[in-house]
Parts: sequence; C-alpha cells; structure tokens
Amino acid sequence: MIELNIKKLKKELPLNLMILPGFIFILIFSYVPMAGIIIAFQKFIPAKRLFGDQKWIGFDNFKYVMSLPNFDNILWNTFYIASMKVILGLVVPITIALLLNEMKHILLKRSIQTAIYLPHFLSWVVLGGIFIDMLSPTDGLINTFLNKLGLESIFFLGDNKWFPYTMIITDTWKEFGYGTIIYLAALTGINPNLYEAAQIDGANRWKQTIHISIPGIRMVIVLLMVLSLGNLLNAGFDQIFNMYSPMVYESGDILDTFVYRIGLLDAQFGVATAVGLFKSVIALILVSSSYYFAYRFADYRIF
Amino acid sequence: MRIKKKLDWFIVINNIFLILVAAVCVLPMIHILAISLSSSAIAATGTVTFWPKEFSLTSYEFVAQRKAFWDSMIVSLQRIALGGAINVLLATTIAYPLSKEKNEFSFRTFYAWTFFITMIFGAGLIPTYMLVKELGLIDTIWALILPGAVPVFSVIILLNFFRITPKELSESAFMDGAGHWRTLWSIYIPISMPAIATILLFSLVGHWNSWFDGLIYMNNPGNYPLQSYIQTVVVQKNFATLTPEEAKVMAQISDKTLKSAQIFLGALPIICVYPFLQKYFVKGMVLGSVKG
Repeated sequence: MIELNIKKLKKELPLNLMILPGFIFILIFSYVPMAGIIIAFQKFIPAKRLFGDQKWIGFDNFKYVMSLPNFDNILWNTFYIASMKVILGLVVPITIALLLNEMKHILLKRSIQTAIYLPHFLSWVVLGGIFIDMLSPTDGLINTFLNKLGLESIFFLGDNKWFPYTMIITDTWKEFGYGTIIYLAALTGINPNLYEAAQIDGANRWKQTIHISIPGIRMVIVLLMVLSLGNLLNAGFDQIFNMYSPMVYESGDILDTFVYRIGLLDAQFGVATAVGLFKSVIALILVSSSYYFAYRFADYRIF
Repeated sequence: MRIKKKLDWFIVINNIFLILVAAVCVLPMIHILAISLSSSAIAATGTVTFWPKEFSLTSYEFVAQRKAFWDSMIVSLQRIALGGAINVLLATTIAYPLSKEKNEFSFRTFYAWTFFITMIFGAGLIPTYMLVKELGLIDTIWALILPGAVPVFSVIILLNFFRITPKELSESAFMDGAGHWRTLWSIYIPISMPAIATILLFSLVGHWNSWFDGLIYMNNPGNYPLQSYIQTVVVQKNFATLTPEEAKVMAQISDKTLKSAQIFLGALPIICVYPFLQKYFVKGMVLGSVKG
C-alpha cells in the first residue's frame, strides 16, 4: 500500500514541479503579506523592520481609527458610492442589452458594442485626466455647454454635493458597455421560436420583453446580482484617487484613499494596516457569501 | 412574415438612442484628441469640441523631445514584455496541473485552495508595500512585475479551457511515452492558443494601464512607467520631471494641449488592441465581477 503511494507520488512529481514556481510566488507575494498583517496590532516602527522586534499594542490601532471623527463619514462614503455603482452597474447594462437586442442591423449593432466597451479598457489615469479637463468649471466642455443653455457652471469635482454622483456616473459610463456584453450573449441564446410563437399570439414588443427576454436571462441576472455583493466595499480607488482633492474629502474620501494617505503619506503604518484589515475582513465575508449564494442559486463554480 | 413594410418608430428611436449612447462613450477620447491637435492659444479658450481648431502638431513635437516621457515609455515596454511573459508562463504551469482530476494529482485540492484564497482575501496595501521594500525591490522593475506575477483569473480561464480539451489526446500522448511537460507543450498549448493569446493580451493591457504601483514603488521618477508618469503630470500637476529648457518651451505651449497629447498617447496602444479582447469576454466577465 505504502509502496503504491510512493509510486503514485513519483508519478505525480512532474505535476508538483510544474506548479512549484507559481506556488512559491503566491506564498511570497500573497501569504507573507498576510502574515504582515500583524503590523495592525503593533506600534510599528519601520526602522525595526517587518517581523522585527516591534511593540505589541493589541487593538489600540483599531480603537484609534474608530475614534477619529471622520471615520464614520469615510465608511459611509465607501458604502454609498460602492452600492450605487453596484445598482447602476446592474440596471444600465441590462437595459442597454435589451435595447441592443432589438436592433436588427448587424453591422451597426456590432459597431455600437465595440464603441461602448472601449472605456472599460482605459486606465483611470487616462480617463481621470480627460474628465478633469472636461468637467473643469472654467473651460471644460460640459460647463461650456451648460453655460450655452443658460445654466450656471457646476464644479463637479470640487463640490461635495456633486462629487459622489460624478464618481458614480463616470464609473457607470466606463463599465456598462463591458457588462452589456454578457447579457447580450445570454439574450442571443434564447430560442427564436419563442418570439415567433408570441408574435402569432399577438404579443407586442413590450410583452415579448417581459415574458420572454427577461425570464430568458433571469439566471444570468441573478448570478451577477449575487456576485456583485462582493463589491459593496469597492468604491473604486483608482477612480477617486485620480479625481478627488482635499475639497471633497467630506463626500469622496473612501477607505482605500484613507489607507493610502495615513499609511504611505503620514507613515502611520500600524493604523493604515488596521484599516486595511478591517476592509479585507468585511470583503472576505461579502465575497465568500456571494460565492456561496451563487453556488446555491445558480450552480456557479469557479474551479 | 410581415406583409407591408411600414416604418417602425420603435426601431428608429431605439437606433438613434443607441447611436447616441455609443457616441457618449467615444466622444471624450475624440475631444482630447481634438484638443491635442489644436493650437495652444485656441485650446486655452475652451472652444475646441470634437474637431481640431487651428491644426497644430506642436504639442506632439514637444512630447517627442521630452526625455521623461521616453524614459517612462521604455520602462513600460520593458514591463509589458517581462510581465506578460511571466504571467503567461506561470498561468500555464499552474493551470495544467490544476486541470487534472484529483485521482491524477493528489494535492490538487490543496493547491487550488491556496490560489483561490488569494482571490477572496488580500493583505492590503501596507503589508504588501513593506514586503516589496524588505525584498529590496524598490526602484527596480521587479517591483512592478513580481507582486502580480501569478494571474489567478487567467489561471482559471486557462484551466477551464484545458479541461474541455479531449482526454484522448493526452492519453495517446502518454501512450507514446510523453511526460506531462511534453504533453503540455505539444498538445495543450497548441490547442489552447486562442485562450493563451487572450490571457496574454489581458496581461499586457493590465501592465500597460497600471500606475499606482509605479507611483509607490519608484522613488526616482526616472523609473516611472508611462501611466505613473502621466498621472504625475496630468493629475498631480507635478512638473518636477521638467528640465529648465523644457520649462522654457512649456511656457509657450498651453498646458492643456500638452496634457491632452500625453493622455492620448497613453491610451493609443489600448485603443489599437482592445477589439481583439472580445473572445473570452463572457467568461472573464463573470469572474471579473467578483474581484474582491
């Protein structure tokens, strides 16, 4: 029996060797930092180095963060911006996919698809640069247009009233085209006979949408809805970092930008790690429950 | 079977609406291109919309002479070449063993979980930064490549692709005396070329677009990749990388046309390759939407 196992292991040795480099990389660059989370419970002094002889202070870093007057605000901003993005990120792509599905002109349909998913592939540095220019209150394209209509200029990126919505809308703009494609793929999978039968029964376009199209992609909608649960704390660091300023910290500062500022700019490593850990733990709960529900309700498996 | 072809108003309005939606997605890019090709005087007035006014290539000429721009371009090219190669190599060598059944590969579950956990739990910014610093990678190109060397999403795409490859093929290879390496190399890889090309393109786009790691891991702005450089120039409005001569020229060109030219150049390679990424969209999309 043991001999058999040794034989089996020997046979599997090439597979182990093959996966080894990747395994080592993931150990070093994902698991060692996880061990580095101990910084969150230390009064961390960089000169004494990571895993060095640091002073342990229990949950003091967490208590300190919770006591900060603006922490509740940051938490709320994160959740608010992220959940609005999640909702629009479901509604807009489904709507556009249903409309695109009605389009009969194939070439036009394809060109529109290609156009709408372009922004997904551009970085927030590029897009941030473009929006900072376009939304400028003095010479930006949008405000010039508003002025022509006789409206006052809006300081989209400097006004706390407008900033979160600017983030939500520009993010939806960037991502909806990409999301549309998956619903469109599901819609093209619906049996065309169903529509023919409905037409014979006298169902108009609206009725067909309600009774055939939407039920036909119900599973995909449920799956993506459940999976998007995992994003409820991802308000979008790249986007906000490239478009915010101290003027809009009140409405636009999120956990990730906060971690960056206190950690890498103010060098309060312990506190920043504590905030990061706080976020990671909640994200872990959200993401694993989203996977669980997706598995339960949509039979979704990643491996 | 429609007998008479009457004008369908829904179709007309729907088509117009969707064309407008598509326009809204591409017009910002066209706007920035139009500004970059306009004269600086007219760009500063804010009247350029979607077509250049007083056509001029001055801003591109200035960028072409800018050392910091080309330095960062070289860093970016090195990065996508090295990063892309390492990503694909690791994705392939991880995906192949994981695509085996449990009875063929005893430790499959253990490895699969090790990789999977990194998708749902991350250590966060500070511990990762500390590690990169401890390893002495600061100000080297490896700081931009090694922390993301294992592309877990690509692994999953590839392993699902390997799984649907007919078993008979690998079995016959084993009959002929080939080992795992040889089977991977001469059967799985050629058959999975479309999937490998896709994960390679995704990896190249990802490396090209990354900017934050460059910003934090490079102390010397000379080591910035292009997107980090653009970030400092366009977003932070930091002109520390400007030489005195360049500053003199800068005074004559509007900041606006110059920024626009650099933004456009930063996006150009992506605009050229992104239409080819559609093939595995749906699969990548379902996975991508759960990125924690």
